[in-house]
Formats: sequence, C-alpha cells, structure tokens
Amino acid sequence: MTDLIRLTDVEKSYTRGKEKIAIFDKLTMRIEQGDFVAIMGPSGSGKTTLLNLLGGTDRPDKGSIEFDGKNIEKLSEGKLTAWRSANVGFIFQFYNLMPILTAAQNVELPLLLTRLSPKQRRENVATALKIVGLEDRAKHRPRELSGGQQQRVAIARAIVSDPKLLLADEPTGDLDRTTADEILSTLQTLNRELGKTIIMVTHDAEAAKFAKRTLHLDKGRFDERELAA
Amino acid sequence: MATLLDQINAVTALNVRSIPQRGWMSAASVIAVALTITVLLFFLALANGLRATVEGSGSEDVAIVIREGSNAELNSVVTRDQLAILATGPNVAQRNEAPLISGELLVIVDGVKRSTGTNANMPFRGIGQEGLALRRGVTITRGRMFNPGTNEIVVGAGLLREFSGFEFGQTIRIRGSDWQVVGVFEAPGTVFESELWADIAVTQSLFNRPNVFQTMRVQLTSAAAMEAFTRWAASDARLEGLEILSERAYYARQASQSTQGFMAIAWILGIMMAIGALAGALNTMYSSVQARSAEIATLRIIGFSGWAAFFGTMVEALALSALGGVLGVAIAFLAFNGRTTSTLGSGFTQLVFKFDLSPGLVITAIVVAIIIGLFGGLFPGIRAARQKPQLELAAA
Ligand SMILES: Nc1ncnc2c1ncn2[C@@H]1O[C@H](COP(=O)(O)OP(=O)(O)OP(=O)(O)O)[C@@H](O)[C@H]1O
Ligand SMILES: [Mg+2]
Repeated sequence: MTDLIRLTDVEKSYTRGKEKIAIFDKLTMRIEQGDFVAIMGPSGSGKTTLLNLLGGTDRPDKGSIEFDGKNIEKLSEGKLTAWRSANVGFIFQFYNLMPILTAAQNVELPLLLTRLSPKQRRENVATALKIVGLEDRAKHRPRELSGGQQQRVAIARAIVSDPKLLLADEPTGDLDRTTADEILSTLQTLNRELGKTIIMVTHDAEAAKFAKRTLHLDKGRFDERELAA
Repeated sequence: MATLLDQINAVTALNVRSIPQRGWMSAASVIAVALTITVLLFFLALANGLRATVEGSGSEDVAIVIREGSNAELNSVVTRDQLAILATGPNVAQRNEAPLISGELLVIVDGVKRSTGTNANMPFRGIGQEGLALRRGVTITRGRMFNPGTNEIVVGAGLLREFSGFEFGQTIRIRGSDWQVVGVFEAPGTVFESELWADIAVTQSLFNRPNVFQTMRVQLTSAAAMEAFTRWAASDARLEGLEILSERAYYARQASQSTQGFMAIAWILGIMMAIGALAGALNTMYSSVQARSAEIATLRIIGFSGWAAFFGTMVEALALSALGGVLGVAIAFLAFNGRTTSTLGSGFTQLVFKFDLSPGLVITAIVVAIIIGLFGGLFPGIRAARQKPQLELAAA
C-alpha cells in the first residue's frame, strides 16, 4: 500500500502569555491510502491540533507534512486553501451547516470553488445526497432535519468534490447511540466502497470499532506499538 | 479554481440572506443612515431651493442701481436727480420714446401668516410704470395690473399662499389707507412672488416718503451692454456712491449668506449624524461577523478565501447603508421636496421658496450613505477575513 500522508519530525507549540506549550515534539507518522483511523485520547492531548495540521488549516512549527508525495507545509495561504478544497473533506461535531441554505445548497458549497457547470454541480450534489441516503431531503433546511440527518448532509458536503481524505472531529459526539452507529457505518461504507481515507477523532470506544485501527494519543505522543503496527 | 468573484458572490448571498436573522440590529442601522441622509438633504435642499429661487429671479440685461455698501434695499437711497441722469445712459432700452426704467421704494408692512396665525413682515413695493416689463417671467394670472396713480395693488401668488387677507378683490387697510387688490401675479421660483406691488408715486405719498427711491431698475438693450453702462455711470461725479450690477448678480449676492448658512448646517449636522450612523453600522457589522464566526470558519476550512469573507461583510454593510440612503431620500421626497417654505431674507423681507432636491443632491446623499457603509464594513470585514480556518473555532 502507498502512503497518503507522511508526517516527519513535526513540531507544534502554542504560546499562551509567556508560557510556551509544546503539543507535538518530533511527531513522525504515516497513514496509508484507504486507511480508516480512529484517534482517541484525553482532552487537550492534541487530537484537534493534529487534524488541523493534516487538513492544512494550521501549519507545523517544524518538520514536514507530505500528502500524496507533495509537501504542503510551505504552501502559500492561497495555495493551501485551494489544496484543501481539492483534497480534504471536513466533518464537524456540530455539523456546521449554513442554516439559511437547503441541504442541497449546503452540499453544493464546495463545488462553488470549482469550475463545474451548474448542471454538473446539480448532478454531483444529487449523487452525494444519494450516497448518504438523503435524496428526498434535498430541499429541507437544517432546522427541518434531525441531528443524524444534518450530519449526513455534512458528510455529503465533505465528499461532494471527491477528496481523497476525510477528517472528522468527533462526528458522533452529539448523537445518540443508534444514530451514531448509522453515521459510522456510512463512514465505513465510504472507506470500503469509495476508498476514502478517513481520520476520525472520537472519545467513544464503540465508535472507534468502526475504524480499521485505533491510535491513542496522550500529551502529543502516540502509543509507539500502535504506530508501528 | 472558480474565480474569486464567484466565491464573493456565494458568500455575499449567504450574508445578505441571513440579514433577517439579525433583523432588529440591521434595521436600526438602516434607520440611522436614513435619518442622517434625511437631515442632510433637508438643509441641502433648503440651500438649493433658495439659490435656485434667487438665481432664477435675476436677468443679466437688467441693471440694479443701489447705494454703495447697502446690503439691502431698505437702507439704500437713489435720488430723483440721479434717477433722471441714469435714464439718459448708454444702451438704455426705450419704449414709446421713453426709457425703460423703474424707480422703486420698498416698505415693510405686516401680514398674518396662514401657518401660524401670527404677524410677519411682508415687502410692499412701489414700482414705476415699467416695473412689470422690467421683470422677466412675471405674469398677471388673475385680474389686471394696478392703474398708475390709484390705490390699487397686485399681490404675488407666493405671498398669497403664505399670508391671509390679501385675496383677490379684497380691500385692505395698510397704515391708514385702503388698498384694493386688483390682480394676482405669478413669477415662478422668483423672489417677486412674495411681494405686494403698487404704484411708486402713490406709495411714496401714502407712506410719507415723498421723492424717495431706494433702487432703480434699468432695462439695457442687451446683457453685453451692462459693462458700458456701468463704466459710463462710474465716470459721472453726480452718480458717485451708487453701485450698478446685474439683477442676477444682485440677487445671488443677497442669497449667498443664507445658502452658505444652510450648507454649513447641512454638513456640520450631517457629518455629526454620519459619525453616529457609522458607529451603529460598525456595531452591527461586528456583531454580524461575531454571529457568523462559525460560519466564516467553516467556509474558510472548506476552501473559501479570506477575500470572500471580507467582501461578503463589506457588501452586507454596503447593502444596509445603501438601503438606509434610499430610505432617507424617499423620506426626503415625501416629507419636504417641493414644499414651500419661507425665510427672512436680508432686509427682513419674507422670501418664499421651495425645497429643491436636485439629482445632484440625491447623488450626494447616496454617496454619503455609501461612505458610511464602506467604513462600517471595512474593519469588521478585515476581522472576518482574518478569522482562522480551524476546527476548534468552527465548533459552534
Ligand atoms: N489556538 C490555540 N492557542 C493556544 N493553545 C491552543 C490552541 N489550540 C489548542 N491549544 C492547546 O493545545 C492543546 C491541545 O488542544 P487540542 O484542541 O488539539 O486538544 P484535543 O485533543 O482536541 O482536546 P478535546 O478532546 O478537548 O477536543 C490544549 O492544551 C489546548 O489548550
Ligand atoms: Mg478537539
């Protein structure tokens, strides 16, 4: 298998006042194309920070991040933004849909950054909604949908421009068990059938079982045996 | 990549469509801009109307003779002898072999204002036989001109609108004499509409000012003749102390003080209110950015640029202030455009004129509204653009 992501000696710290808080110190890891990784760990261990680095919404202080063989850590702000829209789909704990847009319009948002024609956009939106099983809810607004349905819309939005990587930060954190399991099997299907590489942060051991493997993060360090596996 | 314009369009549409979610605050800032614009236009239209009235009154081929240094007709004196000399000047137009001139006397009388029921000053003008011919655009619209040597008066339509008791056919008593209103004249948009006219000789005698003139009107053969006439008068020692200028220049000078006053009030008040409206707009837009922070972060994560976030905020601010501007203009049109008002002109005479909202003023007002919007959107827009595209921030 080929590596989709390679982190080499990544360092990241924040300064709060005078205090410097190191989050990652020489973090090295790789994620294969087609993997489905669950990341677990206590609050403040750096899970979200890691997703931000992987998704190009933050930059490392040192070290390199390769995606598909290309370094992204030194891209200009504009190039990084464009890279993000082409390669990464994001799924949030609270869905982050635009309340005034319909489900279909929400899903269409990333396509507004492409050169697709309105007709192509409509087709892609319809396909994405079909994949998450919401083709009959296209005209509904977020407040007319249940939490699980809203998260499905968000997943459709994340996959509509066909990115290789999906990043999910506690995607089921706000859902009940049954709904959570439905969402997780959808992610599993995306991984198995469409070959999406998925990295999912979760506090829920049940949720982690849907992934191919689970990595435990603590104080910015992964369990070495898990990483090596 | 799609063009930046497409991104901006999408984000702007999102912003503008979500304005109703911040309805009260947005409405308040629209109203603040609208009030600013209305007040600004009120005084600018006042100045504009006054200037238009005054400039419209003046001809370039009619010379006004007045005593040098008198700002108003009331403290001017032109003697009977000077009048006779001026009548012989170069290029003085003739009719029936007599010069087209009018020696005039202005007195102030009391009248009752319709709007308030209180007394106010009105100009009562004694004019020569050619006084009517010497005023362009004046027409008798009802009745007839007064007959020379009689106690007849004609009344300006503007004055008639503002004052009661001077209706056509009435006999009125002024300073112990009875006068009969035999005609109504119109002089659209000019100062004359606010006057009463009577025969000069009768006026001089009944107001006890025998042989006194204050001003003189001289019809010249053309506007170009003005210079020669003025030069000729300056070379005659008997005419020393008199000033000669075109009617248009004379009225423009009289009005400039008032129009400048209105303009100053307009801009001082306008700018103060604009600063208030700007504070409101900034407040509204900062809270808009605040309320949309998760939305903005999400869009940035998805791949929308900071510029799109900036312009989205900017256009929202501009839309709100432009709406306020249009509303302000609409209020101005409904509330006072075309309405007549009057002011105490120099010389304490009542001058009736209209608020005049010219296209230029409307454009000025919209520009002011847009400036408020630009500044109101700039800093909140920068804040929106600088928002980091990060998951933690996107957590609602
Ligand atoms: N922008 C920032 N500025 C300063 N410190 C930050 C910033 N973002 C994160 N941190 C700090 O970095 C550490 C790791 O944060 P991170 O959000 O990655 O944790 P997490 O594992 O996602 O926690 P949680 O499970 O609570 O979401 C925390 O101590 C946090 O306070
Ligand atoms: Mg987190």
